[in-house]
Amino acid sequence: MSNPLHMSLAEARDALAAKKVSSVELTEAHLKAIDTLNPALNAYVHHTPEIARAQAKASDEKRAKGTVGLLEGLPIGVKDLFCTKGVNSQAASKILTNFKPEYESTVTTKLFAEGAVMLGKTNMDEFAMGSANITSHYGNVINPWKSKTAPEKQLVPGGSSGGSSAAVAARLGYMATGTDTGGSIRQPAAFTGIVGIKPTYGRVSRWGIIAFASSLDQAGPMTRTVRDAAIALQAMSGHDPKDSTSAKLAVPNFEAILGQSVKGLKVGIPKEYKIDGIRADIIAEWEKGEAMLKAAGAEIVPISLPHTKYALPTYYVIAPAECSSNLARYDGVRFGLRVMDDGDNLNDMYEKTRAAGFGAEVKRRILIGTYVLSAGYYDAYYKKAQRVRALIAQDFKDAFTKCDVILTPTAPSDAFAIGDNQDDPIAMYLNDAFTIPASLAGLPGIAIPTGLSAAGLPLGLQLIGRMFDEETVFKAAHVIEQAASFNHVPEGY
Amino acid sequence: MTYLVKGQTGDWELVIGLEVHAQITSNSKLFSGSPVQFGSETNANVSFVDAAMPGMLPVINAHCIEQAVRTGLGINAQINLTSYFDRKNYFYADLPQGYQISQYLDPIVGKGEMIIDLPSGSRTIGITRLHIEQDAGKSMHEHSPKYSYIDLNRAGVALMEIVSEPDMRTPEEAAAYFKKLRTILLYLGTCDGDLEKGNMRADVNVSVRKVGDTKLGTRCEIKNLNSVRFMTKAIEFEARRQVEILESGGSIDQETRLFDTEKGETRTMRSKEDAHDYRYFPDPDLLPFDSIRKTLPELPDQKKQRYIDTLGLSPYDAGVISSEKEIADYYEAVAKGHDAKIASNWLTAELFGRLNKQGLEITESPVSAEALGELVGLIENNTINGKIAKEVLDKMFETGKPAKQIVDEEGLTQVTDLGAIEKAIDEVIAANQDKVAEYKSGKEKMFGFFVGQVMKSTGGKANPAILNDILKKKLS
Repeated sequence: MSNPLHMSLAEARDALAAKKVSSVELTEAHLKAIDTLNPALNAYVHHTPEIARAQAKASDEKRAKGTVGLLEGLPIGVKDLFCTKGVNSQAASKILTNFKPEYESTVTTKLFAEGAVMLGKTNMDEFAMGSANITSHYGNVINPWKSKTAPEKQLVPGGSSGGSSAAVAARLGYMATGTDTGGSIRQPAAFTGIVGIKPTYGRVSRWGIIAFASSLDQAGPMTRTVRDAAIALQAMSGHDPKDSTSAKLAVPNFEAILGQSVKGLKVGIPKEYKIDGIRADIIAEWEKGEAMLKAAGAEIVPISLPHTKYALPTYYVIAPAECSSNLARYDGVRFGLRVMDDGDNLNDMYEKTRAAGFGAEVKRRILIGTYVLSAGYYDAYYKKAQRVRALIAQDFKDAFTKCDVILTPTAPSDAFAIGDNQDDPIAMYLNDAFTIPASLAGLPGIAIPTGLSAAGLPLGLQLIGRMFDEETVFKAAHVIEQAASFNHVPEGY
Repeated sequence: MTYLVKGQTGDWELVIGLEVHAQITSNSKLFSGSPVQFGSETNANVSFVDAAMPGMLPVINAHCIEQAVRTGLGINAQINLTSYFDRKNYFYADLPQGYQISQYLDPIVGKGEMIIDLPSGSRTIGITRLHIEQDAGKSMHEHSPKYSYIDLNRAGVALMEIVSEPDMRTPEEAAAYFKKLRTILLYLGTCDGDLEKGNMRADVNVSVRKVGDTKLGTRCEIKNLNSVRFMTKAIEFEARRQVEILESGGSIDQETRLFDTEKGETRTMRSKEDAHDYRYFPDPDLLPFDSIRKTLPELPDQKKQRYIDTLGLSPYDAGVISSEKEIADYYEAVAKGHDAKIASNWLTAELFGRLNKQGLEITESPVSAEALGELVGLIENNTINGKIAKEVLDKMFETGKPAKQIVDEEGLTQVTDLGAIEKAIDEVIAANQDKVAEYKSGKEKMFGFFVGQVMKSTGGKANPAILNDILKKKLS
């Protein structure tokens, strides 16, 4: 048997089913690799080998009895944003120091019920705010990929799900959970040459996921193949009565759709995504994807999403507004960090706790959010942003009368070096220019790796689908994946 | 009857409006399943949602919405068909979320009115709105000189805030309004009106103006009055205080005041400058809700749609099951804790077939929903296969015995033991070498023959999936 770490999730699943390997063996192989490779990556921040070993053993016993779940016996990583019972769940923030929830998020509950084995919690930008995984209280995550032109530089893995993307790219888990508010699954997937899908808002329960911006947050899987993403998303999805925004819809068998033809499928190419100064290699990759789908029988349709240019500023009003309110509960009263000195009153405690507990980017967004909701500014910022958001959603609705799926780049560049864009929040925010519109509209979007840049770093494409039409997204993504046959592995992994 | 404050410059008239907070009678809180009980041990009725633990989400308690709608009807008010919740943001130690979930722009109940009776005759008092909100917890400062202690039992309990127009002119009218409102709530059963427990309390807005003036004066709000007697006294004091200030050339500051019951006077609690900026915005964790529909049961078409959307039933089956309430009730009892589709198949295909044969209605079924559920469970966990299950159902019809008992008594448990099935297959293959040759030469239809033979030799008890799996491998 080939190196078990290098199998895809589906291959490992089949190897387990064929009794060629046990979950205990797969788990031990991953734990050993994490010990060796993680120190250089900082992808996993809380290690749970005891849980992993117990789950693997239980899974092998379960399998012997003839019952298997969708992810039976498969080792995975879980983003630190997910509350996992009895295990540190800190959103990579100092303010949640040593926070161990007494409850299990709906997503991890489902994954465990389907047999997944948790290797540990993965690093991320603090409270999922960032595009480079440089705002984590646990320190930066290092991308396993190195630039051919500047191999001495440490590159970012994208963010906010940077620990998950680095772990999956470095073969330290068949899958890792991510969350995506404006691109936090898709952009890190693009930077590390893996697949990541943000499903339709409402497809996956948010219960037990530490909130950043409630109207945008959505969890999804990060994997090495489209098939793996389809299997894992199915395991995560479904209506949850504990989340009022979760959709009362049955979950389709996503894997069953793979391999179906895209003949006659209409693929929209939005002209507004050819933004000023877009890199030539990004355009070239995009055209390559277009050609792949066309060769498979799809029809290419030029479309327009006229309000695209307003998406970024709209997002940076709405997401901070919601975060300023969502993060009010971190006040030092009931859990996590509390900083106070003798004689301090309640307000002193709030100020000291929040000053010490939140990092600079989180504070920036809380300030922006508080400002845009303030009396006298609400109409000019928040209310207007909501109106623009409705227009952006309408753009997509109109476009989907002309096409079935939309093809765009995922990120405007390949992975950049740690330190780049660091002092310029606006430049950093532009990383999500291609992913944010679909987030605002609540639509599913998948990132698929398609090729390498001149620096030898992954480039990829994004497919955006209709509300709750992940099936078409998966179908088209699978066609691109087959045609691109991206089989590059970061050197040394 | 008129009530005027006699000043040195003339007579002054009072203008009074009330904001009444009434705890909605409900067994559980507005957004969590925690019980609502007075007198529980400190922090006993607190869920993760009430304590605003990370990642927790509110879910609307439909009963509280229904209670608010009933109250709205009781005060002859307009019921807004759709409504939503806003977040009112402020920091306080007994407000775990850092915001109160309330309603700001689109309350569930709009304008209404109420008639009050006084010795001088009846008056109609306008009601501006009624909205729903969560209560906060309780801060306790008496236990330690250094620290405050927090009890979250009350945090998240549902309140109605009923706001009147500034239509009252005398302390007696305010008292009569408060009493009448309390009576209506008690009649409706939407609030227990217990003043001592603070389950009904009022914030009273008071201003004064010269008799004949039509413009309203600057008002002060007196917080948290929970007795009619204190309310009357507070209004009287406050009116005199305002008149004295105005007559001595001063002006009234719009502020929030407290009534000191011992001294019988009001004093400043919070001036306008200290007022919070609550940064209201729609709560993104909760979708806008349909206030009336929340009070209706699920109707056939909605049921059908839910069966299709969330349970994955075919539109035909969903239609059949939802067509009669008795069938839907039966089905939901069968499906409880079981696979919805398997339950649907066994109800619509198997049970209905047997009932039809005997000319029975679903309500006359000799097999109860729970008993059919048990059978479905045995199919689900592979104890018996579908073929055996049909026989078991026949016997259940005849004998009324539970499925598990029939299976145990007759030894019908499915064979999932790989070794046993493999052995049966090997025997069939050995005895039918000619057929094996035929199959291998491309006659794939022969596969069914082998399945049939193995089933026969195992008394129909082999697990079909395992059987197919092993057979395929052996024949390839």
